[in-house]
Amino acid sequence: MPDDAQTQYVYKKVKSLVFGVLSPKTVKKMASAKVVTPELYDKEGYPVDGGLMDTRLGVIDPGLKCRTCGSKLKECVGHFGYIELARPVIHVKYVNLIQVLLKASCRECGKVLLPKAKKEKYLVDIEKIKKEKSYDKMRAFVKSVVLKEMLDQTKCPHCKSRQHKIAIEKPTTYLENEKRLSPIEIRTRLEKIGDDDLPLFGMDAQFVRPEWLVLTVLPIPPVTMRPSITLESGERSEDDLTHKLGDIVRINQRLFENINAGAPEIIIEDLWDLLQYHVTTFFDNDIAQLPPARHRSGQPLKTITERIKSKEGRIRHNLAGKRTNFSSRTVISPDPMIGLNEVGVPKIVAMKLTVPEMVTEWNKEHLKKFVERGPKSYPGANYVIRPDGKKKRVTDEMKEQILEEIQPGYTVERHLMDGDIAIFNRQPSLHKMSMMCHEIRVLPAKTFRLNPAVCAPYNADFDGDEMNLHIPQTEEARAEAEVLMKVQTQLISSGFGLSVIGCIQDGISGNYILTKHLNLPRDTAISILMAVGVQDLSGLPKGDAIPGKEVFSTLLPADFDFAGRDKSRQDVVVKKGKLLSGIMDTANLGKGSGIMLREIHKKYGPEFTADFIAKAMKLGIYVIMYNGFSTSIEDTDLPPEARKKINEILDESYKKVDVLIDMFHKKDLETFPGKTMAETLELKILEALNKARNMTGDIVDQYSTKETGTIIMSRSGSRGKPLNLAQMAGCVGQQAMRGGRISSGYKNRTMSCFKQGDLTPAAHGFIRNSFKQGLTPSEFFFMGMTGRDSLMDTALRTPKSGYLYRRLANALQDLKVEYDNTVRDASKKIVQFKYGEDGMDVSKSEKGTINVKRIIAEIAGK
Amino acid sequence: MEDLFKSYEGKIPDSLLEKVKEHLPPKIDRKKAEEILERVYQEFTNACVDPGESVGLIAAESIGEQGTQMTLNTFHYAGVAEMNVTVGLPRLIEILDGRKNISTPMMEIYLAAPYNKGKDIKQIALSIKENKLKDIASEFSINVAELIVEVALDEQKVNAIGIDMAKVKKAVEKALKDFNIKTKDNIISIRSSKDDGLNELYKLKEKIKEIHISGIKDVYQVLPVRRGDEFIIITAGSNLKAAFDNEYVDPIRTTTNNVCEVSDVLGIEAARQSIINEVFKVIENQGLNIDKRHMMIVADMMCNSGSIKGVTRYGVVSQKASVLAKASFETPIKHIISAALVGEEDKLNSVVENVMLNQAVPVGTGLPGLITKIKK
Repeated sequence: MPDDAQTQYVYKKVKSLVFGVLSPKTVKKMASAKVVTPELYDKEGYPVDGGLMDTRLGVIDPGLKCRTCGSKLKECVGHFGYIELARPVIHVKYVNLIQVLLKASCRECGKVLLPKAKKEKYLVDIEKIKKEKSYDKMRAFVKSVVLKEMLDQTKCPHCKSRQHKIAIEKPTTYLENEKRLSPIEIRTRLEKIGDDDLPLFGMDAQFVRPEWLVLTVLPIPPVTMRPSITLESGERSEDDLTHKLGDIVRINQRLFENINAGAPEIIIEDLWDLLQYHVTTFFDNDIAQLPPARHRSGQPLKTITERIKSKEGRIRHNLAGKRTNFSSRTVISPDPMIGLNEVGVPKIVAMKLTVPEMVTEWNKEHLKKFVERGPKSYPGANYVIRPDGKKKRVTDEMKEQILEEIQPGYTVERHLMDGDIAIFNRQPSLHKMSMMCHEIRVLPAKTFRLNPAVCAPYNADFDGDEMNLHIPQTEEARAEAEVLMKVQTQLISSGFGLSVIGCIQDGISGNYILTKHLNLPRDTAISILMAVGVQDLSGLPKGDAIPGKEVFSTLLPADFDFAGRDKSRQDVVVKKGKLLSGIMDTANLGKGSGIMLREIHKKYGPEFTADFIAKAMKLGIYVIMYNGFSTSIEDTDLPPEARKKINEILDESYKKVDVLIDMFHKKDLETFPGKTMAETLELKILEALNKARNMTGDIVDQYSTKETGTIIMSRSGSRGKPLNLAQMAGCVGQQAMRGGRISSGYKNRTMSCFKQGDLTPAAHGFIRNSFKQGLTPSEFFFMGMTGRDSLMDTALRTPKSGYLYRRLANALQDLKVEYDNTVRDASKKIVQFKYGEDGMDVSKSEKGTINVKRIIAEIAGK
Repeated sequence: MEDLFKSYEGKIPDSLLEKVKEHLPPKIDRKKAEEILERVYQEFTNACVDPGESVGLIAAESIGEQGTQMTLNTFHYAGVAEMNVTVGLPRLIEILDGRKNISTPMMEIYLAAPYNKGKDIKQIALSIKENKLKDIASEFSINVAELIVEVALDEQKVNAIGIDMAKVKKAVEKALKDFNIKTKDNIISIRSSKDDGLNELYKLKEKIKEIHISGIKDVYQVLPVRRGDEFIIITAGSNLKAAFDNEYVDPIRTTTNNVCEVSDVLGIEAARQSIINEVFKVIENQGLNIDKRHMMIVADMMCNSGSIKGVTRYGVVSQKASVLAKASFETPIKHIISAALVGEEDKLNSVVENVMLNQAVPVGTGLPGLITKIKK
């Protein structure tokens, strides 16, 4: 085993990649076969020699052996071939460069159209820029300075011969003085350009010669990158690239034959153009001036460029994005009884996913038991890996044999068990908190279970959301996941330095009720606390009725002091681990604000905080279970006098609006600077109506003295804002579109049930009724309009913000803090001398800073 | 006490030191003060970033994630009498694109000492607003017989902006060269010195409507607003350079929301701050919360080359050294082809290239290596 370990961990690392252009010589040198016939298979279905599927180019059929390297399917990576083109053709991707080369060099002597002295100077300049290793600067310099002087010269400064205009006729034809230049001529001209002059074009003779841009031989990609599929009918369906290459070879052969037979020039030229077309579309089938090459079904072929570019292309889809094994995905559902950092995994999943465990002297017997149970009984094992890397499936038949074979050095892939490490993820993964490390809890049923408190960072709910689970397979990966990605370590957002995880919904409502007025009988309090997981009940006061604040205090550490405010700006005081006054609501338990949570985190660390949140959640839920909690329509009932008041307010504002409209018609309205009178009117009406709606909200607030379910939720901040309450009980208010009242629809009116030119609130989307009273048809329709508008907003926003995010991520991805505390990019260019000007990590700060006030209070108050 | 603070300078960032000074109870003994400072220092050291932390990506995540929660509504009236400004996601995109022409340029003009108290604030505001010839003219006509364009000025409007006929004439003369310009009463007649046809005359008529007469160019709307205990002028349309020439204007506090303009007038450092401020305004306005450090890193990246580069394939991304990193963003073929011509070398220093090659990325825990002797 020690020998194996050594050989196993010798890593080869790619240090750098160099890009270049293939010369015809290299193409021939790296090719292992010359392709001469467009035929693919013979009658037996065996690949033809010299065909496109030649077995020297790699194998894609099981059973065949590669004639170049001798290996079988999946072992042979494939080898390039080549074809000799009967006549040279232009490479589409270099069309513009070839034009520049032709224009800027003399048609007679091939020298660059620059006086000698200037040329020398530019060459030195370019050399200097290149030394800085800045290719982009060099390209910009060439484009803006050098080429400008070389293009459009009419006389060669060296041999004094006249130069002609060279134009491109897209896509691949060049015209010199309206006369066509053949690729052969072009190639001879390009050959004349000296190596020393190439830097002036932003090229490097070490890697490219201009004449290589006109193709004389074409490399044939290995069969392995264009595998054919065998259909059920036994028919073979070839890859798009193979089709295209077939076209090229066929035309190329025809061209050869015609040239050898001495066919008329017209025929040869036609074939030549056709060859050019096929080679062009082989590289890129999406060129504006060319009709794309199509399948017989009419669907365009996917050739090389299409394979590489765009989101589904090789680069973004296969290279920058990877696929993974040892993962699973299913629907999620809530379970408040499991810990924050746990994830409930169904047994079926636990029996499919495995953790590799190395067999040693000390755990041999332990692991053998897993193998003995086999793959079908939990907890068992699915595979055993031998030291030489061979993987063996554990089956009932093989079991005995494997059990005997197992010895230190073997690896057993055993089923998941409680406490194993997993990475849990929900898309879209916009955060680092969208992928966190959880401990596995194997549970019955078929969904992943998670604590509802961790919904927030994942942005998950349980209306059918699915999430992914990954099992790290190496010790390093597990260690890293545990240290860096555990839920506890992610409590404080790196975005703004406050808690992202807090109690939600019932967890908050329950604690609100508990700490506000509830007194629990002693036995109830104790059974709730035991269920929550509080063992130390010594802090509870004596007596039969225990105040809710005392019950809550058992969760707090004994030396915890805190002074803050709750949601209604009332003081919250915690002294020596006892909640003395104040109510526990979102301001202290919730995410985002959660000031008390932040303090607990600072003082007692992440582990304790995660535990605290889970316990507080459970406490709230148990209190609600004990106390009962429900909402009903009655919750938002208002006494008649409140209704009356609301109506008065609305009537009054309607009158005010009428006065405004009247003034507008009489042109008495004083306009705002820079606004027309109509715009001023709109603004004033909007203001008056919004004021009225806010006032109704205040009245609702005033009269909702009874603590009903709905009101508790809104007061504690567990669900719903006061606005929602006001809309249910008081008045829904103005429906706004594009920052104004609804104004579009019919001519001069929003709906046909209104008079033309009607400017009253009701005609422009003011909803006077509350949701409980019910909406009139026109009000309902207005509501539908804004509802649709906001739906569109979301639909249009997602891709826009997604693109912004992608751009940001791409621009900033390689910035990191160096050991000297500077922030630098990949080429070690300094971006910031000190991260964020003070070097503080947001996720370790308290809302971006150190809480100086707290420290002073702590020390000075001692 | 002062020397105590002095000894912590450089150990604790100035902003924190200031805060300690501010909140320290006045009658505190030295020992406790020292204890406090030591504690602040300790907490600060604990809160420092670790080397290798991928701060750029965290910044991108923080901004990108919050971006999904922004509204798309372009226009927004902050108050009833406020001006129309682009807000939300479109504004954020605009700033990060580093656009030269933004959709709603705006200035906040602070006034120098005697003028900011509110006296004559309307007059000052109006003098800042740009007036074009069409704003003070009552009629533009063409005299076909003599090939003259005649502009009848509205005297009331001319007086309202505090100038006279002579000044108008001067302004017109300045804008039009090779023309004969005469004034009679309140009519300006313009005749071409060249032999232009009627068509040219019609073009001229349209052209002279846009002649700048007074005020700050490009400022098409002004709004005096009270801010704190002084008055400021908010303008629609922005021209910082011209605003600074004005004697009323306090050039130190006056700003524009056009980042590129700030860069041109005040330099790149100011532009960096301006990007941070503008992004912060958008975030704040949307009721979101992002730490300033993230905006700083974006701004630093955009300004790092000395001129403003947008977060686009032509801006920040194009400055990367790695071919593969550029190719993985947009237009991969273009990058690969131009790299081939010079034999460009990709040193695989950044993140994506190593992801592509299945190698450890050089950030975070991928950064350090471990060297150990293997017993033979």
